[in-house]
Amino acid sequence: MKVLNEVKIQLESRSVNEGYARAAVSAFVCQLDPTLEELNDIKTAVSEAVTNCIVHAYKNQVDIVYISIKLFENSTVQISVRDRGCGIEDVKKAMEPLYTSAGEDRAGLGFSVMESFCDGVKVRSKTGAGTTVTLTKKIRGRSAY
Amino acid sequence: MKASANVEIKVDRKTVTAYLSGEIDHHNAPELRRKIDEAVNNRLPELLVLDFGAVSFMDSSGIGLVMGRYRLIEGLNCKMYIINLSGHAYKVMRLAGLEKIAVLQEKKKEVSAK
Repeated sequence: MKVLNEVKIQLESRSVNEGYARAAVSAFVCQLDPTLEELNDIKTAVSEAVTNCIVHAYKNQVDIVYISIKLFENSTVQISVRDRGCGIEDVKKAMEPLYTSAGEDRAGLGFSVMESFCDGVKVRSKTGAGTTVTLTKKIRGRSAY
Repeated sequence: MKASANVEIKVDRKTVTAYLSGEIDHHNAPELRRKIDEAVNNRLPELLVLDFGAVSFMDSSGIGLVMGRYRLIEGLNCKMYIINLSGHAYKVMRLAGLEKIAVLQEKKKEVSAK
């Protein structure tokens, strides 16, 4: 599938940047003329993925989060969120609803939200090397309504 | 740095109402939690109302916020109402099954002039 447009963003893993990350992704995805609901779905999924990098991968140490966004010809967006953090030992377990290693007041629903709000969620992780979460979503857009 | 979320607490006899606003995420949630818990611990209410009317964004940190407050009031014989939810916030909360621990109410659809 042909890539229509692509951006790459690097940001420091500071929690204050969670808002920036989802706003930046959302601004770029607007080129596909999404509905407000589709945009909210994407913002939420990105917020979860970036929060995971900050809380889990880098354990609140400042490092770099890499985001790449590709827009495809068939109105599909692919967002990959990558870190060079600790990696996930057991990806299957990490993706189980309600599982969290972060303790109090984290719901353990980050991956459930990503899976429910996107069409595809792929996780590649290597212990000690980092994790890449790739989100894909087909944008039906406002013209479909 | 300027906070992009806020909470204003109002107390009326046995009810504590928290008017939340802005974007609820992992960055903003701890301060919101602290203020709500302070009011609950001071007043020991019979009803805790979380008003999401001015919340423009919420991810699973909002779920954590609700679940954590539920654990706090569970032993107090206190009920929780979550009101004025946007379609999006309602969807996120339903995903977590929060209707089992609180009364969830969606915002009334705004009627356009035409």
